[in-house]
Amino acid sequence: MKNAHDSIRKGEGPILKIEGLTVDFLSNDAPVRAVDNVSFQVNRGETLVILGESGSGKSVSTSTVMDLVDCPPGDIVGGSCLFDGIELSRLDPEGRRNINGRRIAMIFQDPLAYLNPVYTVGRQIAEVFESHDAAQGAQARANAIELLRRVGIPEPESRVDFYPHQFSGGQRQRVMIAMAIALKPDMLIADEPTTALDVSVQAQILDLLRDLQRETGMALVMITHDLEVAASMADRIIVMNGGKIVESGLAQKVFDNPQHPYTRRLIAALPHGEAAEASHRRSTDIRGETLLKVEHLTKEYVLASGAFAGKRRFRAVDDVSFDVRKGETLGIVGESGSGKSSIARILLRLNEPSSGKAFYAGENIFEMSGKRLVAFRRKVQMVFQDPYGSMNPRMNVRSIISEPWAIHRDLLARNRWKDRVAELLELVGLKPDHAERYPHQFSGGQRQRIAIARALASEPELIVCDEAVSALDVSIQAQVIDLLADLRTRLGLSYIFITHDLPIVRHFADRIMVMKQGKIVEEGPTSALFSAPQHDYTRSLLRAVPKPKWLMSTDAPSAAPGELRPERTRNGSMAG
Amino acid sequence: MFSYIGRRASHSILSVIGLLTLVFFLTRLTGDPSALYLPLDATAEARSAFARLNGLDQPIPWQFAEYLKDLLHLDFGQSLRQNRSAIEVALQAFPETLKLALVAITLSTALAILVGSLAAARPGSLFDRIASLASLAGASAPDFWVAIVGILVFAVGLEVLPTSGTGTWAHWIMPIFVLMLRPFGLLVQVVRGTMLSALASPYIKTARAKGVRRQKIIFGHALRNSLLPVVTVAGDLATGLVNGAVVVETIFGWPGIGKLMIDSIIQRDFAVVQSTILVTATAIFILNIAIDLLYAFLDPRIRY
Repeated sequence: MKNAHDSIRKGEGPILKIEGLTVDFLSNDAPVRAVDNVSFQVNRGETLVILGESGSGKSVSTSTVMDLVDCPPGDIVGGSCLFDGIELSRLDPEGRRNINGRRIAMIFQDPLAYLNPVYTVGRQIAEVFESHDAAQGAQARANAIELLRRVGIPEPESRVDFYPHQFSGGQRQRVMIAMAIALKPDMLIADEPTTALDVSVQAQILDLLRDLQRETGMALVMITHDLEVAASMADRIIVMNGGKIVESGLAQKVFDNPQHPYTRRLIAALPHGEAAEASHRRSTDIRGETLLKVEHLTKEYVLASGAFAGKRRFRAVDDVSFDVRKGETLGIVGESGSGKSSIARILLRLNEPSSGKAFYAGENIFEMSGKRLVAFRRKVQMVFQDPYGSMNPRMNVRSIISEPWAIHRDLLARNRWKDRVAELLELVGLKPDHAERYPHQFSGGQRQRIAIARALASEPELIVCDEAVSALDVSIQAQVIDLLADLRTRLGLSYIFITHDLPIVRHFADRIMVMKQGKIVEEGPTSALFSAPQHDYTRSLLRAVPKPKWLMSTDAPSAAPGELRPERTRNGSMAG
Repeated sequence: MFSYIGRRASHSILSVIGLLTLVFFLTRLTGDPSALYLPLDATAEARSAFARLNGLDQPIPWQFAEYLKDLLHLDFGQSLRQNRSAIEVALQAFPETLKLALVAITLSTALAILVGSLAAARPGSLFDRIASLASLAGASAPDFWVAIVGILVFAVGLEVLPTSGTGTWAHWIMPIFVLMLRPFGLLVQVVRGTMLSALASPYIKTARAKGVRRQKIIFGHALRNSLLPVVTVAGDLATGLVNGAVVVETIFGWPGIGKLMIDSIIQRDFAVVQSTILVTATAIFILNIAIDLLYAFLDPRIRY
């Protein structure tokens, strides 16, 4: 096996060749075909991006390569995976183990869940060496420190003994990457590695992956639903939809000249900067009437007070004032921890403010109580990022959507509930017979539609969307945004749209507020803010949006392995 | 951490005082000791002399005040039955219980972790089904019944084990076995359940992707994360055992604190009842602190 590996030199032929792979998932009804007769290959040293939305089978096909599909419920019906001349499906557990981690490594979307919470990161990295008898004890630990330094964790000598929960999201992903590259694998599979991260952190992680690939010459298979990430990383692209490969080819070709209707639709949904001004999604008719007026809103948290340190205070929201007019969409943009979600929670009276006022149609929200508060809560609805967490798992969709009518009795007569649920489901693009199902039986995008239907059920005037489309696929994102825009025109709704995703607000918001550390750093009409950002932070956010690889290729000559451009190293070592 | 222990200790002292107060008054509801300790035909003078000697002629609130005063001097009273210091009687019996409890809980936890983990590693297998059946039987079998059947079969019938008492290692077998049944049964269920969810968690996928050996995935990654609920349940069961396995100690004539407690209640030996309560309450306090510290040791996210 070793000899076979040595005889094929780098750059010759594919490292991985998948042919006719078909995977079913067994369910109570008929088995669901997750991957349907998929064939593709990965060449040595290249970056292959598998682009697809949730449920397209992109993760399942690569998990099969790593033997991470649980059988049952998974059922590999057929096909072959040839890795460097080895048929992976015929390996015994020990042969399998010799490949995983040593020759093929993998990183995942949510590093907090994918790192073992009870072991230090150093131990988890050292385990890779120990499992493959590459190093033991002190040597493995020294290697782990070296790897942490390489992936840009500051002070690796002390941080090696920290636990995963003591790192930030970006640093955790760096730790995962350190683990994956420990034994210099021939191929790294990255499954949505930056989806859970802020844009600026995403840019750093993508840079790191590109650098490491240049250094080690490994093949990179990147799974993503994000077209911008795909464009910025890919040499070649495979587009998957419904378990099948619908398009494949060189990245630039696929992006510039998509052949398959699905790919065209995906790329059309991508908010390119040039097209933004012509967007039909912005409001056309903003009536002057002010619906919501927020004055000097501040939320302070008292952190745990030590015996000597005294009380430490943390301002999540720091003297924020803004207003929203009827029919207007206000975008609040910021990275995690900027206080944008705290504002939403305070405005809906889910949390109490430390100081400040907020008037809804002239009435102070924070002084409302009893019936007035109930009426206010009907008129202002919220759509959360994680629809699954915001739905009672034991209620079916009908009960979830009709709950507002049970609370606000005068809204709708009980005999009309059934019809209205069907109407609302159709309005958000679902089928009326979905009403009898439970939240866990839906995909993420479908659940978000249910959440929107629930919000619409109470006939609101203002909807606060807290990262409402962040977890959705691009084409679904566009559909949901279109839906929201359409509802705004038809029903005269106003939105506060909270997001970390700049392109989305560019097309949807009339006005944007950029937040950092609880403060508003910049505010203005969307087109002005995008064309002439005033604040450094806004500019850095705009820059962080990934650019297509073929547009950057002039300033990034393919460096020889081991060689690193100094400015990249500096970027890479910034705390993520 | 030490401030945490201090805080817990001060809370515990309050609850122990409350408990002792309750026990003091409740035991006195069981009746007058002189009715038990003096012959049936004892004269009224003899009875009042006995009461005076033991301070039982005073009004009960007064007796309580005296008791508290003595407590401050670490005087826990005299045993009526054995005519020596009550705390001495309790402390002599306690180690017997502790030995029994520790051996039983350690063995059953270790065994349950092994059986539960292996069952969870291959859910639905023959081993899993046998383990589930055995644990269900263990958790639901009444201990007094198993103890009596055990004596009938092994001591009376086969004559391979002693019926009761202490002395040789053979005396340990039946009490330990009976005490282990329920903890083992419950813990296997707990371990199996938490292991199943741990084995389905994302970090197990990472471990598999790293090429970690299967044994280490099960016992290193999954088990380590499943231990918290196991410690909670095992700790609770251990508390029950340390409190004195009254039924088992009585059936097997084990001179532990559970048997002492029952005997003293029946004999209206008030000072001894109070002392046994004090000893077990202290032991349970120490046990709970140990469990909390174990939590923090097992899960780095827990800090006191």
